[in-house]
Amino acid sequence: MATMPASASDLLKSFKLKTKQQELLIRVSILCLVYILAFITRLFSVLRYESMIHEFDPYFNYRTTLYLTENGFYDFWNWFDYESWYPLGRIVGGTLYPGLMVTAVLIYRILRFLRFAVHIREVCVLTAPFFASNTTLVAYFFGKEIWDSGAGLVAAILIAICPGYISRSVAGSYDNEGVAIFALLFTFYVFVKAVNTGSLAWSLASAFGYFYMVSAWGGYIRFVGFQHVQSGEHMAAMGVFFLMQVFYFLDWVKHMLSDTKLFQAFLRITVTCAVAVGGIALGLGMVSGYISPWTGRFYSLLDPTYAKDHIPIIASVSEHQPTAWSSFMFDFHILLFLFPAGLYFCFKRLSDATIFIVMYGLTSMYFAGVMVRLILVATPAVCLISAIAVSATVKNLTVLLRSKNKVVQTGSTKGSGGSKSSSKALLDQSQPFQKNGAIALLFGAFYLLSRYATHCTWVTSEAYSSPSIVLAARGAHGNRVIFDDYREAYFWLRQNTPQDAKVMSWWDYGYQITAMGNRTVIVDNNTWNNTHIATVGRAMSSYEDEAIEIIRSLDVDYVLVVFGGVTGYSSDDINKFLWMVRIGGGVFPVIKEPDYLVNGEYRVDKGAAPKMLNCLMYKLCYYRFGEMLTEYGKPPGYDRARGVEIGNKDVKLEHLEEAFTTSNWIVRIYRVKPPNNRWWLNRYKFG
Amino acid sequence: MKSFRFCFLMLTIAILASPALSDLVLSKVDRRVENAGPEKESLVLLAFPEQQAKNMAYLMATPHEGKGKVKNPVVALPVEAANPKDMPAALTFYSVSLPKGLAEGDSFTFDVLAVFTHALRPIPEQITQADIQLVLYQDSAHYLSPYAVKVQSLSVKLPDSRIESYTKLENTKIHGSEIKYGPYENLPSFSYSPIAVHFESNLPFAVAQELVREIEISHWGNVQVTEHYKLIHGGAQSKGEFSRLDFLARPNVRGASAFRYLVANLPPRAHSVYYRDEIGNISTSHLRGDSKKTELLIEPRYPMFGGWRTAFTIGYGLPLQDFLYESDGKRFLNITFSSPMVELVIDALIVKVVLPEGSSDISVAASFPVEQWQETKISHLDIDGRPVVVLKKTNVVPQHNQFFQVYYHFSQLSMLREPLMLISGFFFFFVACIVYMHADISISKSSASYLAKQQWEEVQAVIQQVQNIISRCLTTHDNLEASLRDLSRTGNIQACKAARKAADGLLKELSKELKPLLTFLQSSPSAAQVLPKVEELVAKERELQEKVMVKHSTVVDGYEKKLGARDIENRVALQQQKLTALRQEVDDLLEFIDEI
Repeated sequence: MATMPASASDLLKSFKLKTKQQELLIRVSILCLVYILAFITRLFSVLRYESMIHEFDPYFNYRTTLYLTENGFYDFWNWFDYESWYPLGRIVGGTLYPGLMVTAVLIYRILRFLRFAVHIREVCVLTAPFFASNTTLVAYFFGKEIWDSGAGLVAAILIAICPGYISRSVAGSYDNEGVAIFALLFTFYVFVKAVNTGSLAWSLASAFGYFYMVSAWGGYIRFVGFQHVQSGEHMAAMGVFFLMQVFYFLDWVKHMLSDTKLFQAFLRITVTCAVAVGGIALGLGMVSGYISPWTGRFYSLLDPTYAKDHIPIIASVSEHQPTAWSSFMFDFHILLFLFPAGLYFCFKRLSDATIFIVMYGLTSMYFAGVMVRLILVATPAVCLISAIAVSATVKNLTVLLRSKNKVVQTGSTKGSGGSKSSSKALLDQSQPFQKNGAIALLFGAFYLLSRYATHCTWVTSEAYSSPSIVLAARGAHGNRVIFDDYREAYFWLRQNTPQDAKVMSWWDYGYQITAMGNRTVIVDNNTWNNTHIATVGRAMSSYEDEAIEIIRSLDVDYVLVVFGGVTGYSSDDINKFLWMVRIGGGVFPVIKEPDYLVNGEYRVDKGAAPKMLNCLMYKLCYYRFGEMLTEYGKPPGYDRARGVEIGNKDVKLEHLEEAFTTSNWIVRIYRVKPPNNRWWLNRYKFG
Repeated sequence: MKSFRFCFLMLTIAILASPALSDLVLSKVDRRVENAGPEKESLVLLAFPEQQAKNMAYLMATPHEGKGKVKNPVVALPVEAANPKDMPAALTFYSVSLPKGLAEGDSFTFDVLAVFTHALRPIPEQITQADIQLVLYQDSAHYLSPYAVKVQSLSVKLPDSRIESYTKLENTKIHGSEIKYGPYENLPSFSYSPIAVHFESNLPFAVAQELVREIEISHWGNVQVTEHYKLIHGGAQSKGEFSRLDFLARPNVRGASAFRYLVANLPPRAHSVYYRDEIGNISTSHLRGDSKKTELLIEPRYPMFGGWRTAFTIGYGLPLQDFLYESDGKRFLNITFSSPMVELVIDALIVKVVLPEGSSDISVAASFPVEQWQETKISHLDIDGRPVVVLKKTNVVPQHNQFFQVYYHFSQLSMLREPLMLISGFFFFFVACIVYMHADISISKSSASYLAKQQWEEVQAVIQQVQNIISRCLTTHDNLEASLRDLSRTGNIQACKAARKAADGLLKELSKELKPLLTFLQSSPSAAQVLPKVEELVAKERELQEKVMVKHSTVVDGYEKKLGARDIENRVALQQQKLTALRQEVDDLLEFIDEI
C-alpha cells in the first residue's frame, strides 16, 4: 500500500532490507493475510453449525460430485438419473456444468495423493472459500494490471470481504458461482494482460480460463452445441465475431490494394453485400425457426417486469427478482459510493485495461439492477473500480502529506533562512489548511474502510452464514434453539420408505430429497420441464379427489409439504402456494388464481376462498392442526407464520394419510393410500 | 447308557423376560447334579431344542455360590458344544466340564446362564400408534434334559403385570409379574411340556442389525473409537398413521411401544464425543460425565416406532494410557469388545482395531470364539497403510461386553515417521520455490522480449550499484560534516585535515568506480528511459561534493586564521543553504530512481 506505518518501516529498516525488498515483503505478507482472511471469514457457518452443504442447489452438486468420485468420469458423463423428474428422468451428464465437480474431485484426488485422508464432503464444503481466496489473488494481479500494485492490494482486500461475493461463497455453499467468479475474474485478468503485452501465451491462458469458466457456469461446448449459431442470445456475440473477421479482411485488402479509390469501391460493394446476406440469413433463420427467439430469462434481463407477466416459474424464484436499493447497500456498502469515484479515475487515465473494466463495471451494474443474483457478477468489477478510487485517493493524499513534511523539516534545519522561500513554500502559503485537510480526509477514508470491514463481517455472520437446512431461533431465555426438521424428515424418508418410493413435493425441495433422502422425486430445482412442474402445482391446488388422480398417474407414494405454522417459519409452502397456482394455471387453465383469493387478497383464515380452504395443499399443511395449541392465549389452530386462526379446522383426508411429521411440524409427509377396492381385496387375501 | 447315570436333584429355572432387555431372554438355570451311576463322571450335558439353539447368544456355567456368601469372581466352568451319539437330532447339546469328577452319590450345584435373542414374537405383528405391544414367549415348563429330573420348577418373570394370556398347567401360580410353574417331581428324561406366555412389553426393542466398531490407536496419546450403527425397532410393525399431534400430547399412550432415546455408557475420561449420521450432525444428545463413567444419551432424529430404521455414528476419543499396556516387550490394547449402548441386541458386530502404521506380530485374545481376519487402512499420511485386525461375531448381547486384547509390536521410532514426512514435504516445497526463483525457465532464449527483460535486469543491477556508490558518497559527506563539528568542539585542525584527505581519496575511488557503470548505462538501449535521471543524479552529487569541499576548506581556513566562530558561520551560511537544497534534490532523485 502506498501508506506504510512509520514503526513498521523502522522495523523493516532494522532488518537491513532495501526499499524494494521491504515493499515486496509488505506486499506479500498483506496478500497472505488477505488470502487467509478471505478463507476464514467464510467459516462462520462451519463454526456455528457444522461442516455441511447449504441451501438447495449445492445438494445436487454434492450428489453429483459423490457420484463422480465413486464411479469415475465416464460414468458421470453418461449418467442418466432415474431418481429425479420421475417418470422422465434426467440426463445429468449432458445437462450440468461439470467444472465445479471436476474441480472438487481434482482437489480431493490431490489431497488423497498427498496422503490426507479427507472426505469428499469436506472438500466440497471448503471449495468455495478456497476459490474465494484465490479470487483475492487474481483481484490483486488484475488491479495491478489496470492501475498499480496499491490498487491491486486494495482490490484484494475489498473483494475478500465484500458481502456480494461472500453471499455465494461461504463454506458449504457448494455452487457453481463459487468457482465461476474466480474463473471469470481470472479470464478477464489474463485477457487484459494479453491485450497489454500482446503475448500469445497470455491469450492462450485467457482462452483456457474462458473454457474453464463456461464449463463451470454455463454452456461448455458439449452443452452449448450449436446454440451460438442458433439461439437469439448468441447472435450479438457472433455478429462481433464476424465484424472482426471483416475488419481484418478489409485491412488486409487495403494493404494489398495500394490504390485508395479502388479500395473505397471494394469497401462499398463488400459491406453492402455482407449486410444484405447477413440480414437475409437472419431473417430466414428467424422465420424458419432455425434461429430460436430470445428466451424468457433473456427477456427478463432486458425488461425486469417481463418474467412477472409471462413466466411465473422464473419470477417465483426470489433471486430472480429486480434488486432493491437496500440490497445494493447491503451487498456493497461504501463500494456503492466509491464506484463512481473509481470510474472518474478510470476516465482520467484511459487505457485498454481501464476501458475494459469500466465496460465490465457498467454493464454488470445494469444487470445487477435487474436480477438480485447478478449482484455477484458485478461484485468483482465494483471492488476493482472502488479499489482504484481508494488507492488513488489515499496515494494523492499521502504524497501531499509527505512532501509537506519534508519542507517543514528543511525549514527547521534552515533556522534563520526563512525568507528565502522555495516555490513549494509559496504553494503552502496559498493553501494553509492543505496538510490538515489531507490528514482529515485520510482519517475519513480509514473510517469509511473500517466501517466497511465491520459491515462486511456483520453481514457475513448474520445474513449469509445460515445453512438454511438447519434453522436457528432464539429461545425464551436467550438460548439458541435449533430446528433440524428438514434433515429429520429426509432421514426418515431415507430409512423408512421403500427404496423405490416416489416423493412428490414442490420443486424447491427436490434436490434435497434426492441428495439427503435418497428417494425419487417428481420435480426438482433443475426446472427444465415447466409442464411437469405445473402438473405438481395443479395437484397441490386441486381438491383432494381431483389431486389423487394426478398423484396416481404420477405413481407417487409420498407427498411432502413444508409447513411453518407451528414455528412461525415463513418460507413454507402456504406462502409459496400462489406461485404453484400461477405456474399450474399457466399450463392448465382449470386452475385460476382468483379462485384462491378473496378480493385480491390471499388469506387462510375463515374469510379465505372456499377453494383455498379445501385444496390439497391447505389440507396437507393444516391436517389436524386445528387441534393444536401453538401459542399461549391463542385459540387452537393459530397459525404463527401468518398470525391468524385457520379457517378450516376439520380437515379430513380420504386418499392420503399422515406418514410422518417432524418434531416442529416443519415437514409433513403423507402416504398415498392404495386404491380402496384393491386395498380391500388385499386384506381379504392376507388378513 | 452313560447319560442316565445322572439325575438332577433340584432345578429352578428363572426366565427373565426381562426387567430391562428387549428382544432378549435370559434364562438362568440353577442345577444340582447327583451321580446316580457307579462310575465317576465329569461331564454334564445340556440340551436345547433347535428353536432355542438357533437364537442362543450366550451360554455360561458357573459353580453355585450359596446365598449370603461374599461375591468373589467366580471361575466359569468350561462349556463346549457336544455331539453325543444316540441322542435326538433335533436337540443341540453342550457339555459342561465339572471341576472334579463326581463319584456315585456325590452332588454338585452349578448355575447356567443362557441368553437368547429374538425369542419374543410380537403378536399381533402390526399395531397402530395407539395400540400396546404384545409379545409371545414360548418354552417348555418341564426342563428338557437327557437326564431324569427329580425336582424342577420354572418361573417366568415379566416386565409388567399386564399379561394377556398364559398356559395354565397344574401347579401354576402367578405373583404379580411372575408366573411360577412347578415344582414338578420325578420327571423322566426328555420330558417336554410347551407353554406360551402372551404379555405386554413396551420396552425398547432396539436391535442393531449391523454395528461396525473401529478402534484406532494413536501412540500420540489417543484411542479413537468410531461406531456405526444400523438400528431397527424389532418389535411389532407400526401401521397406519403416525400422528405427531397425538405423540406430542401423550407420548406414553400414543407411542408407548416407540423408544425415543438410547443410553451409552462410555468409559471415563472419554472426550471429543460426536453423534452424526450420513447427512450431518444430530443435535439431540446429552453428555454427562463423572470420574467413573461418561454417560451419553442420544436421541435418534425421530422416535423409533415398530419396524422403523435409523443409522448413525457415534465417536469418541479415549486416553491411551487407560487402555494400552506393555508386557514382554509387546504392547497390548485392552478394551471392551461390544457396544457401550445398554439394552442393545446386535445381530452382526464387526470390531476393527486399527494399529499404527508399522505394527507387526499381531495377535488377538478374546474369551469367546470370533471370526478374525486382517486388512489395511490408509489414513492420514500413510504410505502403506495401517494394519487392521477385524473381528466378527454374530448375535451379540451385553454379556459379551468383555475385555479383549490385541497384542502387537511397535517401535517407538516409527512414531516420528509422520512428522518427518510433513517436515520433509515442506522442506521440498521451499526448495522448489527457491529453485524456481533462481532458475531461468524461459523457453526461447533469443526472443526479443526475453532479451529486453534480461537487459532491463542488468540495467537495474547497475542502477542499484550506482545508488550504492552515491549513498556511500553521501556518507562520506556526512563524515566530513562530522569532522567539522569535531573541529569546532576540539579545535584539532590536523585531525580534520586527515579526515579531509581520507575523504578525498575515497571520493576519487568512488568516482572511478562510477565511470564504467555510467558508460554501460549510456550504451544500453533499455536504460534510455532512466539515463537522464541517473546522469542528473550523478551531476548533482558532484556539485554537492564540490560544495562540501569548498565549505570544508573555508571552515578549516577560518580556523587556521583563528577567526571567530560567528564569523566562520557567516562565511559558510550561503554555502550551507545551497548544500541543503542540493542534498534535498539528491535525496529526491535517489527516491525517484528507487521507485522505478
